[in-house]
Amino acid sequence: MPKLIAGSVRVDRYQRRALVTGVVAAAAFVALAAAPYVLDPAVTSSWIKLFYLITLATMWNLLAGYAGMVSVGQQAYIGLGAYGLFVFNDMGFDPYSSALIASVAVGVIALPLSFIAFRLRGGYFAIGTWVIAEAVRQIVIRFDNLGAGRGRSISNYTADPVFRNMFTYWLALGILALALVVTFYLLRSRMGIALQSIRDNEVAARALGINVSRTKRIVFVIAAMGAALAGSVICIQAIGVASPNQIFSVSYSAFMIFMVLIGGIGTIEGPILGAVIYFVMDLYFSQLGLWYLVVLGLLAILVTLFLPKGIWGAIHERFNISLFPVGHRIVPVADKFLPQSSAQPTVKEKRPNGRFRR
Amino acid sequence: MSAPAETANSLLEVNSVAKSYGALHILTEINFAVPAGEAVGIVGPNGAGKSTLLSVINGTERATAGSVIFDRRDVTKLGPEVRAHAGMGRTFQIPRPFTHLTVFENALSGASYGAGLHGKAADEQALYALELSGMMDLANTPAGRLPLLARKRLELARALATRPRLLLLDEIAGGLTEAECDSLVETISGLHASGITIIWIEHVVKALLAVVDRLVCLASGTLIADGKPDLVMSSTEVRRVYLGSGI
Ligand SMILES: Nc1ncnc2c1ncn2[C@@H]1O[C@H](COP(=O)(O)OP(=O)(O)OP(=O)(O)O)[C@@H](O)[C@H]1O
Ligand SMILES: [Mg+2]
Repeated sequence: MPKLIAGSVRVDRYQRRALVTGVVAAAAFVALAAAPYVLDPAVTSSWIKLFYLITLATMWNLLAGYAGMVSVGQQAYIGLGAYGLFVFNDMGFDPYSSALIASVAVGVIALPLSFIAFRLRGGYFAIGTWVIAEAVRQIVIRFDNLGAGRGRSISNYTADPVFRNMFTYWLALGILALALVVTFYLLRSRMGIALQSIRDNEVAARALGINVSRTKRIVFVIAAMGAALAGSVICIQAIGVASPNQIFSVSYSAFMIFMVLIGGIGTIEGPILGAVIYFVMDLYFSQLGLWYLVVLGLLAILVTLFLPKGIWGAIHERFNISLFPVGHRIVPVADKFLPQSSAQPTVKEKRPNGRFRR
Repeated sequence: MSAPAETANSLLEVNSVAKSYGALHILTEINFAVPAGEAVGIVGPNGAGKSTLLSVINGTERATAGSVIFDRRDVTKLGPEVRAHAGMGRTFQIPRPFTHLTVFENALSGASYGAGLHGKAADEQALYALELSGMMDLANTPAGRLPLLARKRLELARALATRPRLLLLDEIAGGLTEAECDSLVETISGLHASGITIIWIEHVVKALLAVVDRLVCLASGTLIADGKPDLVMSSTEVRRVYLGSGI
């Protein structure tokens, strides 16, 4: 194998594979967007839940899996998304625009909250986010026009149930697509290297010049906005919130953690897979009542014991495939002045104790 | 024997630096200055506080007292990322690789952020660092799969990728074969010759003496010797702390 020198190699970003992913994802998006015209709207509107579950899992993974912030307080932003929707809806915006405006507003609120949360580390951070979520709920229920502690319904919504379901479906699908595109783009961008470095070793990341708290703050705000969008979808689907306790429930965090850990933390594919698994189990087993929770718990225990990197993590390790390539690969550039060698197209791992060379 | 901190032409000044963890005093009253372009070796027994001193210099740890001046700028209260941007690159004695990233991506992290480069320029800087540290053949290997020695070499590659003006090395020669050690010495000498200021902690004194202009000895958190390498190695204080530690 020829010695590689800096001039004779190039950096490959798996552009072709990324393009394939983009094309397939775009086709899937179009097919899903057209689905309500073809299938029974009752079927498609049952997918709304799947869409917001994937959105929630993807956002929690960005937060915990990449930026190392294990939050159990994302329900703060789910709830604020729902309640923000009431606020803008009451001002006269339709529910769908209200969802988008509310998410921006939640981003604005999340920024100062991050300064409080970031004073805490590790387990304290997790508890701190939960406390913040409780505090937010306590504040929200002080407002009579938001239904106080009783919950409330959306004032102006699409009356026709068929159209309402379709609009909600498209909103949920659009939000899901946005969450995935943002995540994929972020991880392929320059900031992706920073995020993955932080995930792997924060001390080294800082010593190499990465502004860890700024990077985390950006992710914290994005994740809050994503949770808010999911929250408003939940709210629109039910034409309101049954009670603040429900929309600010910590069980959302439990499900997010479940989906991400089952699927595979720190990968883009894992949370999607985890959300699908949870959605299917919820669809078929939730009538088992208490036993359903036991099954969920058992599954979580089994996966953490035998597949510590989650299902996608195990698949990735075994077959080395990734549907959303974010990495870099060094490939030699064919040099016409050197005799063509039969070297493999990629640099292979060599014996571990290679020498220092100039 | 400890020289007073010079002010003119120093790239780095460490003034009355102390570091303690609660009641545990690790460093007390450390004073020294490093002129631009100099290569300084640090020796001292285990637990003397050498790595802690490096951490206080690059900001991984905050000094409890005293100040750190880099390029005439007081960086004492600045975070390590700011000092990296200012031109400090360090290696960790216990390697801290980004395990899920490839060797190239580890270096790219330093090139993109420490050196502040974008796009192709960052790629090239990272490749250059791999070439310099002899890691090009491992470029596509996930860092988590590297054995210890390669992880240490990755520390060097990553620090070089940040395009440092001051390179802080913490025990990078331990465990190498004679030939590997010679090759490493040649690399560090090359960096020194190119004008990079170097502070190198090393137990392999032979490697150190082949490169450095000056030697500092740290024992129990204070500098007990500072000066020409042969003078420091033969001084009675240094011999005393090393008695029984096998050198
Ligand atoms: N975070 C910490 N909390 C408490 N004590 C610490 C901490 N970090 C280091 N120490 C102590 O500080 C002392 C100096 O440690 P340091 O790693 O700087 O020594 P060193 O000179 O680099 O030793 P070695 O040659 O073994 O690498 C040791 O006694 C160590 O146990
Ligand atoms: Mg040490």
